[in-house]
Amino acid sequence: MRSRSDPFQILLVEDESADVHLVRQALKEGEVDCSLQHVVDGFEALEFLRRQVESERSPGLPDLILLDLNMPRMNGREFLAAVKADVRFVAIPVVVLSTSAVERDISQAFQLGAAGYITKPADMNEFFSSIHQLCRYWFALARLPKGD
Amino acid sequence: MIHDNTAPFDILLVEDEPADAHLVRSALQEGRIYCKLHHVVDGIDALAFLRHQGEQYQSVPRPDMILLDLNMPRMNGGEFLAVVKADEALKAIPVVVLTTSDVERDIIASYHLGAAGYITKPVDMEQFIDAIRQVGDYWFVLTRLPRKD
Repeated sequence: MRSRSDPFQILLVEDESADVHLVRQALKEGEVDCSLQHVVDGFEALEFLRRQVESERSPGLPDLILLDLNMPRMNGREFLAAVKADVRFVAIPVVVLSTSAVERDISQAFQLGAAGYITKPADMNEFFSSIHQLCRYWFALARLPKGD
Repeated sequence: MIHDNTAPFDILLVEDEPADAHLVRSALQEGRIYCKLHHVVDGIDALAFLRHQGEQYQSVPRPDMILLDLNMPRMNGGEFLAVVKADEALKAIPVVVLTTSDVERDIIASYHLGAAGYITKPVDMEQFIDAIRQVGDYWFVLTRLPRKD
């Protein structure tokens, strides 16, 4: 079991390795006290969450999920719907991080319970600053459940 | 990241404490966020606002975001949140809790009900203003919100 003095845990669900690298770099540069777990699609992400609640030695559920939309096997929409329908996972905030600025994707994500929707900036510095702002909101400003 | 919404963002503040409503209004004015604040005093009034029930709510806009106090008379924040998130026509509106309570039970319950953030009101006025500005930055600058019809 964790206490709040432990670093925040982010689960990144993303099939694009370049974007994973960028998020990792942004967290490092921002000196955000958090650990990043990474899976490549919604199917793996659900498996990951189930392992966290089923294994006693696991570090527990993530504090925040960063979710890409377009992925093979199980996409972001399907994953979001599954998480928000499962009482064990429903309280975890899920923020969409996508290249899509399509209105249908945005409104659908909020309808499914997303707690934010960020379009990936093409510029690296802007990408970093978006991730930093995201972390400030969720880890400095907002109160999250203690995770135990 | 520039939004192409030409209308300002509409915030619905659900808060029974006039002093806190005043602070939120001041904070939004001091920040650089282009938004309009609509204020109601409890969950019942908030639902009437969202559903356009009653004469004064006939032509109000759909808010882009809701700032919600927890402890209010008639219908409290938790009850209101549950109703909004069970309503297909309203559930997409992000609801951020803004409260004095830092009780763990309230935090967990709010996220379970679908809150998109839980912020404890800072006692210090400057910190309060800064918190509201950060909320605005996250929802209206960083995040893409659904476009209004």
